[in-house]
Amino acid sequence: MSNSSAAVSRAASSIAVEVEKVSKIYPGGVEALNDMTIQFPKGELTSLLGPSGCGKTTLLKIIAGLLPATSGRVTVNGVEVTGPGEERAFVFQDFALMPWATVLRNAAFGLELRGVAKSERHAIAEKYIEAVGLKGCEKLYPHELSGGMRQRVGLARALAVDAEVLLMDEPFSAVDEQTRRKFQEDLLDVIKHEGKTFIFVTHSIEEAVYVSHSIALLLPRPSRVSEIIRPDIDRDISPDAIRRDPVYLDIVERIWKGLRTYVE
Amino acid sequence: MRSLFTHSLTLRVLSFAIVFGIWEYLGRVPISPAFPTFLETMSALGSMIADGSMAAVYPATFQPLLIGLVISSILGIACGVFMGLNHKAEWFGAPVFIVLQSAPLAALIPLLTFAYGIGLTSKIITVCIMSVPVIVLNAYTAVRHTPVSMIEMGESYLGSRRQIIMKIIIPSASPVIYAGLRLGAAMGFIGAILAELLITPTGIGDLITYNQSIAEYEKMYAAIFSIMVFAVIFIEILERTEYLFFRPDKRVTQ
Amino acid sequence: MKLFGIKIPMMASLIFWAILWEIAGQLDVSILLPPFSSIIMRMVEIIPTQTFFKAFLITAECFLLGTGIAIVLGIPIGVLMGRSIVADRMLLPWVNMFLSAPLTALVPVLMTLFGFGMKTIILTTVLFAIWIIVLDARAGVKNITPSLVDMAKSFQASHWQAFTKIYVWAALPEILAGIRLGCIRSVKGVIIGQLLVSVVGFGRLFELYSANFLMEHMWALLFFLFFFAFLIAEGLGVLERRFEYYAAARH
Repeated sequence: MSNSSAAVSRAASSIAVEVEKVSKIYPGGVEALNDMTIQFPKGELTSLLGPSGCGKTTLLKIIAGLLPATSGRVTVNGVEVTGPGEERAFVFQDFALMPWATVLRNAAFGLELRGVAKSERHAIAEKYIEAVGLKGCEKLYPHELSGGMRQRVGLARALAVDAEVLLMDEPFSAVDEQTRRKFQEDLLDVIKHEGKTFIFVTHSIEEAVYVSHSIALLLPRPSRVSEIIRPDIDRDISPDAIRRDPVYLDIVERIWKGLRTYVE
Repeated sequence: MRSLFTHSLTLRVLSFAIVFGIWEYLGRVPISPAFPTFLETMSALGSMIADGSMAAVYPATFQPLLIGLVISSILGIACGVFMGLNHKAEWFGAPVFIVLQSAPLAALIPLLTFAYGIGLTSKIITVCIMSVPVIVLNAYTAVRHTPVSMIEMGESYLGSRRQIIMKIIIPSASPVIYAGLRLGAAMGFIGAILAELLITPTGIGDLITYNQSIAEYEKMYAAIFSIMVFAVIFIEILERTEYLFFRPDKRVTQ
Repeated sequence: MKLFGIKIPMMASLIFWAILWEIAGQLDVSILLPPFSSIIMRMVEIIPTQTFFKAFLITAECFLLGTGIAIVLGIPIGVLMGRSIVADRMLLPWVNMFLSAPLTALVPVLMTLFGFGMKTIILTTVLFAIWIIVLDARAGVKNITPSLVDMAKSFQASHWQAFTKIYVWAALPEILAGIRLGCIRSVKGVIIGQLLVSVVGFGRLFELYSANFLMEHMWALLFFLFFFAFLIAEGLGVLERRFEYYAAARH
């Protein structure tokens, strides 16, 4: 443990989140993570991709401070994680919107908990609601929105607290396919403009290749990082062109070949 | 240590000890001359069991209770299932039972006494009117809310109406129907005791009112204690059999 | 049901039963069943009287006080049980026990301790209503979507914030259901209490009518009570359905 602090300070300039030898054993003996080490560069989107049971959501929740690690440590900008913090924001798979609150209050909820004055937090939330493409929906309730729009609220809420690191737990898995594609395209825009660090859990190979600067391929039993892939795709071409880009298709194929033996 | 402390059995015993301890303390203060201590009540209970006076009264309480519960189970399930299957029956019957379920049917007891006297019949009917609405409504909603996909599955494999009812609807509804029986039994107990206190004192109700009138409060409390425990055990047994027969999904955790 | 192609609401069948009742009453089928119309006439006659109004006021007071106490005590206990394993394990056996126990057997105890008056009736009402309110509030808190709890944590909500901004609201559908079921039970409790105490409120009227074989009076009073109980249950049901979208938002 003690000799790792030097490594932290060296990497701190370009590394936002560092996971060192993290293991997680759930009560009852289920081993979700075993001695996992991985680094997440600043200002980039890194995907955690892998078959179910590889511990990707567990890892994300440990980084978020929602779950304690059994051993090992996680640092964000060189500071060890002991619980949830202001520099990290979480986007939930099932959105985790409050059904009794409007879109505006939901998006401003992180700020509300921090005690930001009402007019101020509403102004900030409105800005991000517009940024995620929901302008005009402020007064609606979550049940009046489609799945995709609900997750946009979840994203606006995470952006509104202005955290450096956004943790996204399979954010599009409860969203239908067409909406998901549009959302992925919009997410690329957000990444370009916000300059934040994104850690993105997904089980969709295409999604990971499409949105990521780098992909950490996780494999189960024992859980480990098998490979880090940096899709060398020109992000400036149109979304349709990316999806037809031979580089994109080759990487998708390569990842699938690596994973297929682990899919039962 | 912590796991021993938070263990459910430890906490349950602790919880009972605290409540009985408070009872004992309040009895010793005493908060009222008519409030015996826990230990006095328990020794009265012991002596009443020993001299057979407890065993002597239970048959009188159980006779109307069991007859009433059997009648309301058969009638209630038949009514409820029929209403769930038949739209006309539903239209005619469901509103009546919806009204009856929220109504304070105990208020009918004076009428029953007037019509059927103070004998067994009135008590049986009291048990029935208390327990029937919940049994009927549970059976009705259970049958009515059989998953549509299951019925469609039966139809797609060319099942006859009779087969679909017997092999799909009834089995899928049976857990909720049985839960209704359990709730009905609890209401039946309330009715049986109410009938004994209100119509004529017999059985356990007689034991309660008689000891109350001669100010033998520890015996009165012992009688009440015994019927409460008895009812809880009775309902618990029903619940266990429910898990055993109808809830394979819950059997593992039980 | 449809008649001549028009959908007739289900509750309309009660009119059919009323007509059937009227016929049975006119034919003198049973001494128990006076004609429906004469029961209604009797209702019109006795409801405006002073005696009836006083009895109604006493009943309403007992009901409101009893239900109020049950709600004010029941919800916090239920929420506590939902959040604390220790509290849950200590209290749940008692809640389950009183939920299925014959509470009528406890009324004599209340009578010896609190006399033949309103106190006993109010306590009977509380005793009938509180357990289901506790149990439903507990279920509501236990059913909170886990990600909502995580969400509050990830934004570093304090315990107080999580309680007032998340738990109570997320459990609201179940809490409302508990209040509705509690009210249905407390109507039963308030009547059973009055029947057993039998010297105040409607209990005294029951005693009076049955001692004098006033069948029509008796039914008039019963209809009044049934109607009121139904109104309370349906009114709360409507309130509960206004929050139905909550359930749709759950997974």
